[in-house]
Amino acid sequence: MKNLISERIADFLKNYPPFNLMDDKLLDTLSQEVSIVYKEKNSVVFSMDENPHSNFYVVHKGAIELSNTKSNVIADFCDEGDIFGLRPLIAKENYRLEAKAYEESILYAIPIASFRPIADSNPNISNFLTESFASNTRNPYNKKNRITPQESPYNIDTGKDIILTDFQPVRYSKRIVSCGPRYTIQKAAQRMTKNRIGSILVCEKDLPIGIITDKDLRNKVVSENHPISSSVKTIMSSPVITYPKKLTITQAQMAMMKSDISHLILTEDGTVNTPAVGVVSKNDVMVSLGDNPAVIVKAIKRARKIKQIKELRKSIMVLLKGYLEQNIPMALTSKIISELNDTCIKQVIHISLQKMKNPPPVKFAWLALGSQGRGEQLLHTDQDNALVFDDVPEDLLPETTQYFLSLSKKVTKGLNKIGYEYCPADMMASNPQWCLSLKEWKNKLSYWITNPGPNQVLMSSIFFDYSLAYGDRNLLDQMSDHIFKSVKKYPIFLVHIANGALQNPPPTGFFRQFIVEQDGQHKDFFDLKSRALRPLIDAARVLVLSHSVKSISNTWERYEKLAEIEPNNQELYLACSYATKALLKFRTKQGILHNDSGRFIELEALTKEEKMKLKRTFKAVKEIQEVISIRFKVSNILG
Amino acid sequence: MSLFSTSSNLPSFWHDYANLFKQKKSKNFEELVFVVLDTETTGFDKVQDRILSIGALKLKNNIIQAHEVLDIYIYQEKFNKETVAVHGILKNSKRNRVEETVALQQFLAYVGDAIIVAHHASFDIGMINMGLKRMGLPKLKNIVLDTGTLYKKTLIKSYLVQPQQHYTLDDLAEKFGISKKDRHTALGDAYITAVAFLKLLTKLKEKKELTLKNLR
Repeated sequence: MKNLISERIADFLKNYPPFNLMDDKLLDTLSQEVSIVYKEKNSVVFSMDENPHSNFYVVHKGAIELSNTKSNVIADFCDEGDIFGLRPLIAKENYRLEAKAYEESILYAIPIASFRPIADSNPNISNFLTESFASNTRNPYNKKNRITPQESPYNIDTGKDIILTDFQPVRYSKRIVSCGPRYTIQKAAQRMTKNRIGSILVCEKDLPIGIITDKDLRNKVVSENHPISSSVKTIMSSPVITYPKKLTITQAQMAMMKSDISHLILTEDGTVNTPAVGVVSKNDVMVSLGDNPAVIVKAIKRARKIKQIKELRKSIMVLLKGYLEQNIPMALTSKIISELNDTCIKQVIHISLQKMKNPPPVKFAWLALGSQGRGEQLLHTDQDNALVFDDVPEDLLPETTQYFLSLSKKVTKGLNKIGYEYCPADMMASNPQWCLSLKEWKNKLSYWITNPGPNQVLMSSIFFDYSLAYGDRNLLDQMSDHIFKSVKKYPIFLVHIANGALQNPPPTGFFRQFIVEQDGQHKDFFDLKSRALRPLIDAARVLVLSHSVKSISNTWERYEKLAEIEPNNQELYLACSYATKALLKFRTKQGILHNDSGRFIELEALTKEEKMKLKRTFKAVKEIQEVISIRFKVSNILG
Repeated sequence: MSLFSTSSNLPSFWHDYANLFKQKKSKNFEELVFVVLDTETTGFDKVQDRILSIGALKLKNNIIQAHEVLDIYIYQEKFNKETVAVHGILKNSKRNRVEETVALQQFLAYVGDAIIVAHHASFDIGMINMGLKRMGLPKLKNIVLDTGTLYKKTLIKSYLVQPQQHYTLDDLAEKFGISKKDRHTALGDAYITAVAFLKLLTKLKEKKELTLKNLR
């Protein structure tokens, strides 16, 4: 019987092929047969060589990764509305790929027995299915494109499951900005700037007759003295080179090289006689190949929707994987990746600001806290952030606070959308206690420093690793100055946070064996974060605070600075700096391997060498803890 | 109904329902059946007010079957104008409606010995139990889980976050990014509750092994 749930399923399905080709009544009946399947992150929908299920799947929420687990090649990502697991419908064979939830997902399982008669009686539907089955690929994430100059022997793929770039459709922009042939050059240029694009199409009666690019403006207008008031016809390249929509990345690359052009126009039938449907720029091709940070940055900055940024995050992960495989120094890798992550965050804030009705009433700064603030966040973890705004007269405070709170809500929601989990302790700028004026922050910081209970110490340890993510740096500097002044007045605070830094559980037991977790999902796993990384991070923070070193929040940079300040401890500090980098790299590799935060390590999966490496870093942990314990006379407050 | 009523004078559908509980629940979490439910009522007074509709769906091993849902509208004697604005169920709407006794009998047959999940469950269960009492029947025998309570379990306690006393279904939908399109229809709310419940299980699993005991 038709019910609300099946109606909603039908409402969703009818937006996507092949269901949009179906008769409403049939779709209603089919929807009643659907099962809704919830898949938590990283759970497997079906594995390679598994017997076919009695349904195929449509992604309702989330994303599914299809991959060949034997050759380690990712074949496809399926987003909302994409279908997968069609093999049992078309060929009576076991699955050739593994389908795994890349994010937490909700799937609609469509029973094949009910669907087959529909497909059989409607040639459009069966054509669509055969086609999408044959070209089960949209994306650039396969081995071919990755930055792996020296591929190891088992990475050379020869199987026919491998999808080559040659067959991948190119990603193109469906948003076409055009102008008429009688437009002035000036007006066209303004339109390009407004839309932040590098080219504009000249159309007559909807048909593309020419194109103007940035390069044309530079070369023809600036150097050849075409007046900007003349019509676009005088400088446009004409006729335009057009292609059909089904262009592969390789074809696009070839076409650009052949004609030495940077933009291709896609039209309905591939000729100039039909309206344009899309534009492919050199940049699009580069992004599709996904191996250049500069290109990704540019694409992020151009994003107008949060969803686009989410897509680009995948390219960042590809890049990160490549860097790790190539053993590029960790300091450099994390710099580049942090930079890219920062750009994403900035763009999310930028987009959120545009969604607000009014511009900000006063200056503000968005602070990244915790690992993000330290520039040590390579994988997505929780978001920890805060907002500070300039002081306003008392009577305007509630209204101003309200403005920034609603901005923060938009930003945290956006960050969540691109993959940053909400902070479970609610340490986010959308929490009224973390969205304050400069004066309120100063009061709060003073309170923490003068009343260092365990909670206050924890708060400060997260907070003191802040860095500017967006906005006015001056506000941040004022906060830092205030912290150093207060700490000087109440030196006992340092003892308390030094004590806090010693509270982390030890990495190894008496017999130098790893200590693993006792309960929960991570039972028998090693907690790399709290047992190894955090002691180093905490220690660096105390030492840096005691030296009033401003605006270095990255842990290994802090140790390098400390080595400079205290030459007699140089060796230890450099060892700590090295250990931090090694551990972070370890964590990131583990995280990529398991698509999680990399915090918990399955010891049995490590090689002997890796275990030795881990243990070596523990020596630095132990020594730095001794230094802190003695220097800040922690035992005095414990006694 | 009196305290001394013996089981012999209870109707046979009740016996069918009660007999299901003689079997032990599976230890394997994946085999447990959950019925996620929501009721729309004429108001919040357990004695005065009546159930307008019951929406429920079955959840087993993270799967909901679209055809296995319950969506009952109840014929009303009593009518409260004020709550019409919330649920939009008018006294004389064209929906197929059944008597309360029929609805509850259908509900018992549907729910069986499944574990009931609801948001602020005590209210929905209370309303159903009142209905059963009017029919001279004992209270529901099912294990009940409350998504409001489960949500509080996932929060980290620190002095910064004073957990609210109550988190509404809207709060949860917001937090978990669940569409609120069908809010305030019994089945729509049941679906939102079900998705929230699944997400809560994922979160809780990180801390402790999933067993029925750990959830209660």
